[in-house]
Amino acid sequence: MPAAGVVMIVAVVLIVAALVVYLVSTILALRQITEGLDEAIAGVGEIIEKTAPVGEVVGTINRNLDAGVDLLEGLLVKKAGLEDAVGLIDGLYPDAVGAGLRNFPDSATIRAPRIGEVYTKGTLTLARLGREAPIAAASPAGPALRDPGYGSRAARALYPEGRPVQGAPSLPRSPVIGSDSPVQYPERGDGADAGAV
Amino acid sequence: MTLEWIGDALLLLVVLPAVVYLLHGVLRAARNIVPSVRQIAGAAQAGSRDLDAVPLLLTTQDQVIKTVETAANYGGSLDVIVDDA
Repeated sequence: MPAAGVVMIVAVVLIVAALVVYLVSTILALRQITEGLDEAIAGVGEIIEKTAPVGEVVGTINRNLDAGVDLLEGLLVKKAGLEDAVGLIDGLYPDAVGAGLRNFPDSATIRAPRIGEVYTKGTLTLARLGREAPIAAASPAGPALRDPGYGSRAARALYPEGRPVQGAPSLPRSPVIGSDSPVQYPERGDGADAGAV
Repeated sequence: MTLEWIGDALLLLVVLPAVVYLLHGVLRAARNIVPSVRQIAGAAQAGSRDLDAVPLLLTTQDQVIKTVETAANYGGSLDVIVDDA
């Protein structure tokens, strides 16, 4: 065999050897990739499985919260009026009034009265904490001051013998005050209350 | 004979280096993918572990319903007690 043929055979063998080495290494790397992708797919599958009910649950939570917001907004506006309601919200949450009440679009354009300057900060803080409300039973600020299950106990304590019914002797009327009242109370120098004349 | 030597030279000096260069590039790219895939798998598993608390949403849902019901009861009482504006 001529020398050129031997060299050619050697060259071809070298090329084939290089192909084998690199292709086997590539196959091993691709197998590692496949294993990693299998793990990733398993993790993604778990994520999909665990997040499946999230949409429905969050939707239910949002619907309930929407109902609560509608209720509280409506009650606040009904009892305080739209303008004072905006003022009260402004006193409690100064940045929240800009968005206005959700069910009352006009509230966004109302200039909030300065209720926060009329009532003391302590009053507004107490209102914000809401610890007098039964809803505060779940408040992170602490347990409710009033037991929601027995909230009428304090009211019933006002009439321990039972509420006066129609026809019963009426309670004493409130005193009439003023310069033309039948009972005059002279002014005292020390500012304390004085007895009737 | 001269042509055979030229062919040998081409094989050894051109074809073999080209084959080695191209295969080395493929192998390097494949090996670069491996750590990325492992990171993705780790992130997917960590995300799955983070979602273990999702069932607590059911508790949140129940608490929200109870809270809104309590607020509705309280609001109904206020509606009776407090005069309208």
